[in-house]
Amino acid sequence: MNKKYELKNKIHALDFAIHELVLFLDTHPTNQKAMTLLKDYRFKRAELIKEYESQFGNYIVTPADAPANGCWQWLDGKWPWEFKEV
Amino acid sequence: MWQYEKKLQYPVNIKNRNPKYAQIIISQYGGPDGELGASMRYLTQRYGQPFNEVKGILTDIGTEELAHLEMVCAMVHQLTRDLTPEEIKQSGFDKYFVDHTASVYPQAAAGLPWRAEYIQSKGDVLADLHEDLAAEQKARVTYDNLIRLIDDPDILEPLKFLRQREITHYQRFGEALRLTTDRLNQKNFYAFNPNFDKQTCR
Repeated sequence: MNKKYELKNKIHALDFAIHELVLFLDTHPTNQKAMTLLKDYRFKRAELIKEYESQFGNYIVTPADAPANGCWQWLDGKWPWEFKEV
Repeated sequence: MWQYEKKLQYPVNIKNRNPKYAQIIISQYGGPDGELGASMRYLTQRYGQPFNEVKGILTDIGTEELAHLEMVCAMVHQLTRDLTPEEIKQSGFDKYFVDHTASVYPQAAAGLPWRAEYIQSKGDVLADLHEDLAAEQKARVTYDNLIRLIDDPDILEPLKFLRQREITHYQRFGEALRLTTDRLNQKNFYAFNPNFDKQTCR
């Protein structure tokens, strides 16, 4: 598994953990432990994105992430449903 | 509104094509207990809800279901890529192929297209949450059945992830139901309360 794929996977794993906390907080809106964990995961995610961008360029997951100059990078690479050799 | 994220919630990378498996997995896209119905059910039920916790959980689970139907479609797409006419005929995929080629269409395993009758939006928080709890269990059983019929680890991993999500969603809907019943009138021992109804019928 290459480094780029590994870092992306780590970010996606944190996305999932964050989503789980969002669902939990919907039915436990005053739970401070979940709140602290959410803050911690959001920080870790931002750190990983910094690490990714320092090595591989823009981390583009929504159209808003794609820079508004040069070539429209939103279209680059495979789409999520396409088979990738990993 | 929604914004697309260019990723799957859990990776799908299936090395070996298999149009037979695609034909049963497609039920979790457009079948009676599939992810398309799940998403439409929860996102549609939101408008009739009296409590913010229930509006929140329906929005966030309904959104996650969109990510799940994308995973199911990715599985169907990858299982049916680069097929030869011979493979299409031998696997029984020809009946699907004639109408949809190798694109993904929302239908049940037996070929019935997705129907809005699979879902309900009742405008009653107790009726809707009970439907949602049942829906999660029915979807979990469908994943159990797929897992029984499939032996490729590349397919089983995402299926096991999706099955696990049904269990988590059932838990969260159960909590939403508890938050709701906690607000029932104390004199009312049955899970029904005319007070809820008044809020939407003034």
